[in-house]
Amino acid sequence: MIEVRNLSKRYGDKKAVNDISFSVGKGEILGFLGPNGAGKSTTMNMLTGYISSTSGKILINGVDILEDPIGAKANIGYLPEIPPLYVDMTVDGYLNFMYDLKKCKLARKSHLKEICDLCKISHVRERLIRNLSKGYKQRVGLAQALINNPPVLILDEPTVGLDPSQIIEIRSLIKKLGKNHTVILSSHILPEIQAVCDRIIIINKGVVAADGTATEIADKLTNEHKMTVRIEGTTRTADDKQEIADALKAIDGIKYVRADMEREKGIYDYDIESDDEVDVRRAINNLCRNKGWNILMLQLSDMTLEDIFMKITSGDISTVAENSESKASLSDFEMSFDNGKADGEKEETEAKPEAAEEPVAEEKKEEASENKKSKKSKKGGDK
Amino acid sequence: MGAIYRREMNAFFTSGIAYVFLAGFALFSGLFFSFGVIGSGVSDMSPMFSSMFIIVVFLIPILTMRLLSEEKKNRTDQGLLTAPISLSSIILGKYFAALTLFIIAESIVFIYSIIIALCGQVIWSTLLGNYFAMLFLGAAFIAIGLFISSLTENQMASAVIGMFVLFVLYLMDSLAANIPVEFIQKAILSASFYTRYLEFTRGVFDLSSVVYFISIAVLFNFFSVRVLDKRRWG
Repeated sequence: MIEVRNLSKRYGDKKAVNDISFSVGKGEILGFLGPNGAGKSTTMNMLTGYISSTSGKILINGVDILEDPIGAKANIGYLPEIPPLYVDMTVDGYLNFMYDLKKCKLARKSHLKEICDLCKISHVRERLIRNLSKGYKQRVGLAQALINNPPVLILDEPTVGLDPSQIIEIRSLIKKLGKNHTVILSSHILPEIQAVCDRIIIINKGVVAADGTATEIADKLTNEHKMTVRIEGTTRTADDKQEIADALKAIDGIKYVRADMEREKGIYDYDIESDDEVDVRRAINNLCRNKGWNILMLQLSDMTLEDIFMKITSGDISTVAENSESKASLSDFEMSFDNGKADGEKEETEAKPEAAEEPVAEEKKEEASENKKSKKSKKGGDK
Repeated sequence: MGAIYRREMNAFFTSGIAYVFLAGFALFSGLFFSFGVIGSGVSDMSPMFSSMFIIVVFLIPILTMRLLSEEKKNRTDQGLLTAPISLSSIILGKYFAALTLFIIAESIVFIYSIIIALCGQVIWSTLLGNYFAMLFLGAAFIAIGLFISSLTENQMASAVIGMFVLFVLYLMDSLAANIPVEFIQKAILSASFYTRYLEFTRGVFDLSSVVYFISIAVLFNFFSVRVLDKRRWG
């Protein structure tokens, strides 16, 4: 569907994109991930013909974007970073304009109605775009990209500036669209990429740093397993801590053990790293059975997308700084996830006050449950 | 092209520029008509047309200032440039929208001709000659204004530079008069918009001038397309 070969873009001396190659199949949702200034938007602008490449080839549906720009562009719906909206027009006027601009042949009324329903902007169609909130502007931008039902959708940070419930709506919309469109979407929000995309390309400093599913990339990058085990010793005092840690360290294949903080009274968590080839879970279980200890929890924590991202993009101070920034906002996100998933108890306590509270916004609850769901699926993926 | 043309026509009116332009044109042409034509008791509208040159110099940049600058500033050009249309249809859509508004403004002279017809004889040949001369002049000026608008993101800069450039074109004759070298003087005069335009108001319909104005319009529209294209390669 989309084929990119040795694509480069140079601005003066600076190589914004350097020899990128990849291809995207039909019905695939590809996530572009990278720190700010990595070349995501530049690549997308080249894919859509907004800017030209310095060298390389881009085929959209088999059509070369430089040889037949009009033919190639007809296959693309593009939502740029800043939606190209004319603020002096009404939503309806704007969508009709884009309909004409794209020389759409589909029945005008029903096609636009369908798109507006899909993007949930039907009730603002008569409003001036100037007066819409950021979230609605973003949706109008997405609606614009969908006009003429292009087989390829290219979305540059589609959820930026939206509130959490809108983010979830847009994500599920993108997922729905991914069933019969080829979608490329860029983001620097990791859970978003993880929640929506089948495949991830990590771009750093203008080159493809990784390409594959999150698990594939993690496998390539690491040759070790990480897990956290909560073990109850016989005495349930701090004395257990050292004994258990030492015993764990003695297990074949375990490279590293660190006793974590006291989780329950006299019970500690242990972070374990082991070799990739060895599954140490049975050995740990046997050890505990022999010693009369109880395993209260065992959680695999292989590299998350976040770890991958950090690992790939670290190395230069400015990128690291940026990452930690995005990580901060990210961990906020993750925290809400974690609250939801940690264990049944927590989940309940979290859900209860919300239910007890006077009817908070409906979406909020939906959002929480969505969060849990996506986290669960993520967790499953990790295992 | 049709979609862009329609949008620009709407935008002229929603942004208020159309009203400023039409009112400005009506005001000044009205003044020149009442003082230069009615006031001096002639039925020939040529004096009004010759005075309008300097007004057009200042009005046309208002018409063209936002055409491309605003697109670039608001990043709406991204929508246009990634749509399955050619660059020339973007430029021409905008160009003809501005030209249409200019023609609407200029057509106010037909109201004046009714006033003249009430008290005298309208000389239709000179009136139409003048009308088309102004149309061709406007066509050239709008192309120049549009080109300047393609160069900057700032509407005001686009308007000021446009006025400056058109004003220099207006002054070319006086400039030429002060150049002692004859062939340079001749060259400047032959490129002069004002001299060519005045010929029309004197009742001479010169085809070469028509070709000249149209060539300028085509040339600058071509330049505008090149600017859009070059930006992609930048």
